[in-house]
Amino acid sequence: MTDAILDLRNVSKQFATHRAVTDVSLSIPRGAFFSLLGPSGCGKTTTLRMIAGFETPSSGEVWLNGQRIDHLPPYRRSVNTVFQNYALFPHLHVRGNIEFGLRRQNASGMDDRVTRVLDQLRLEGKESRKPSELSGGERQRVALARSLVLAPDVLLLDEPLSALDPQLRKQVRAELKDLQRRVGVTFLFVTHDQEEALSLSDQIAVMNRGAIEQTGTPQEIYQRPRTRFVASFMGAMNWIGDVGVRPECTRISREPPAGNSARPGTVTAATFLGSYEHIEVELQGGGSVIAQISAGENGFETGQTVYVWWNPSDELGSCS
Amino acid sequence: MKKPLAWYAVLAYAFLHVPLLILAIFSVNSSRFTIWEGFSLHWYRAAFVDRDLIESAANSLVIAVFATILATFIGTLAAYGLWKKTPSRQGRWLHSGLSGSFYLSLVTPEIVTGVSLLVFFEWLFRFLHMRLGMHTVIVAHVAFSVAYVVIVVMARLRSFDPVLEEAALDLGATEYVVFTKVTLPYLAPAIAAAAMLAFTVSIDDYVITSLVAGVDSQTLPMVIYAMARRGVNPVLNAVSTIVVVALGTMVVLSERMRSA
Amino acid sequence: MTSAAGRLQKAFLSPAAILMLTTLAIPLGVIAAYSFMTRGAYGGVEHPWTLENYTRLFDPLYGAIFLRTFWISGVATVLCLALGFPLALFIARSGSRKNLYLSLVILPFWTSFLIRTYAWMFLLRDTGLINTILQGLGLIHAPLPMLYNDGAVILGLVYGYLPFAVLPLYATLERLDATLLEAAADLGANPMTAMFRVTLPLSMPGIRAAAILVFIPCLGTYLTSDLLGGSKTILIGNLVQNQFTTSRDWPFGAAISVVLMIAAMGILFAARREGEELL
Repeated sequence: MTDAILDLRNVSKQFATHRAVTDVSLSIPRGAFFSLLGPSGCGKTTTLRMIAGFETPSSGEVWLNGQRIDHLPPYRRSVNTVFQNYALFPHLHVRGNIEFGLRRQNASGMDDRVTRVLDQLRLEGKESRKPSELSGGERQRVALARSLVLAPDVLLLDEPLSALDPQLRKQVRAELKDLQRRVGVTFLFVTHDQEEALSLSDQIAVMNRGAIEQTGTPQEIYQRPRTRFVASFMGAMNWIGDVGVRPECTRISREPPAGNSARPGTVTAATFLGSYEHIEVELQGGGSVIAQISAGENGFETGQTVYVWWNPSDELGSCS
Repeated sequence: MKKPLAWYAVLAYAFLHVPLLILAIFSVNSSRFTIWEGFSLHWYRAAFVDRDLIESAANSLVIAVFATILATFIGTLAAYGLWKKTPSRQGRWLHSGLSGSFYLSLVTPEIVTGVSLLVFFEWLFRFLHMRLGMHTVIVAHVAFSVAYVVIVVMARLRSFDPVLEEAALDLGATEYVVFTKVTLPYLAPAIAAAAMLAFTVSIDDYVITSLVAGVDSQTLPMVIYAMARRGVNPVLNAVSTIVVVALGTMVVLSERMRSA
Repeated sequence: MTSAAGRLQKAFLSPAAILMLTTLAIPLGVIAAYSFMTRGAYGGVEHPWTLENYTRLFDPLYGAIFLRTFWISGVATVLCLALGFPLALFIARSGSRKNLYLSLVILPFWTSFLIRTYAWMFLLRDTGLINTILQGLGLIHAPLPMLYNDGAVILGLVYGYLPFAVLPLYATLERLDATLLEAAADLGANPMTAMFRVTLPLSMPGIRAAAILVFIPCLGTYLTSDLLGGSKTILIGNLVQNQFTTSRDWPFGAAISVVLMIAAMGILFAARREGEELL
């Protein structure tokens, strides 16, 4: 087994009204950018909170760096959290916020460490500002700085990009990936956005209804989904009975192709989306699929009879 | 709708403020009758040489200071404790019992609070060999002002993001440090406002104080009441003006701090 | 919650719990107990246990006092609501100066209630300012007896508790969605109709809160009736005070207190609705 810095062993969490996490086991490698991906309510945030120490597992164990931590309070764990709304202390300026954890440890060389992290996160010159005087992106960097300056074993990030506006998000995403590589700290990233998870992570664990459906690299998760849920969650999917095909793998033409595996149908809608088009087809015999074609291909119109097929090896995967 | 409403508001504000303004005006009237005879400060001078007035004012201040400190301390801690949710069963009893008692304290008529404390002290003093005095007044004042402190501090707590406390825990602070270094600074303006509230409520109380003060101690409201009972007194006008101006200033300061 | 957190929380709640237990719960319990005992020879209380203090309240003499108190409190409450509502409306619609106008209402309230009551003595008595002015203007030839009667008490109560009414009314009106009134106008309602069909019904929670906040203290009022009322204006509060000072009939005073408390609790209970909080 690779060097795992954080280990969850059969962790479950039962609340009074419902079971939030069921039998979750994770092994997070040292230095990785690891994402917990899933829809809201799937238990990813609860799992994160159990690692941070704000919830205690109802059963199972949490191991950090070879030591069991699930019974320790948050202030005795070598993990730090970047909260969704950043939770910067409003009564302290930037420097005060960043120093906060260091002061609790009565750390030596505080000033140097703070200066270094201010540089790493491009916050020089902003030390005496109060959180209310910072932009959204700046506040996020202060939240990162405040946690990273403590050199935690694992940094937990709870949907840190969701509070930013969409244009900023893509840019900050790239910066976050770059930061993690430079700093080398293990990142555990929680998100509901599959594009974020795919672009940032070394490994992804997809969660649904309190349990892990699949763990693997982004390529494995997208191209070889093991369950119907994972397949649908990672991208658009056409379901014909139990067979799933991605729209970009779905071929469409006006003439039946060679071989008799194509299905006839009628076009019900053709939507122009910029660099590609989505053609919605109602199949003879029931069901409907969406075929994705590059814009400019022979134009399809509503009402036309068309033929739809795909490569059998593309089922429940991605196009070859 | 605007114009007549504004005129009405003028009348309403006049109704609220003019009586006190009139007291103030007549406090500098050299005549003791309700006819203006000239400007004079001799009623103020008379007030300052009246031993009863000075002594009772001093008593009231001492009582108010002690009561305010105790009520603010107890109330702030209680508000914070109530604000934190608790999962344990006995914790929940303590919670609802305590909030219920604060509510009860606010809706109990003053006269009932007063007589119940009187009766309780008298019963207690059979075993403790003590008498009614300033100490019983202080206890009574703390008792009825704590609920006000809790309301003011609780209102401020409702706008406090609990995630800030989690962030502090995450960064290595114990629960005690979280309270002192993160929550308390946030609560400071509300605590100051609550203290001023407790102070003004204590200084002004008559009904409860008169019942539990015993024969030896007099507070300012008790002396004012006695004077008012005897009839209108120009010295009383002067005293009233001083008290109203002093308390009014405190209230203004308190409101400033609350919205800081 | 960790055990350290639990211990801290208990520590924070304990002083208040002890205080409330000893200064509220136990004293009220003692009062309740005393209400069933007999008056002692030199004041104080004695056994035997009795219901006499309560049956005594059925005497029409005391019935009259209760009725008078409810009547005066009721009138004062209605007046506070009627006078307070337009004022609260004004403040709610005054835009940027809201806080200033609100403070102008709160300010007199927090300065001495006793002194504010005395101010009306000064104004209303036979040789007081109002009579002096009216006589000076030749409108009357003998002073109007404005003091030492029920009317003066009502006036004093309204003056004292008007801010208590304005605050919850303002809170409700301020939260009123202005677009609702726009919708009413759009559908053909003139301002007066909109007031009665939209604003008023939606202000009911505030009106209820204001009514309770005025009525209950009025029920137990002591100072106002003592200073401004006549020899006939003995209200429940004065009656209780009497028993514990001059009359030295503690059990009877305790019984009246219990009845007063029950009345107050009853009103609160009857008036509460889902989701409304006074605290």
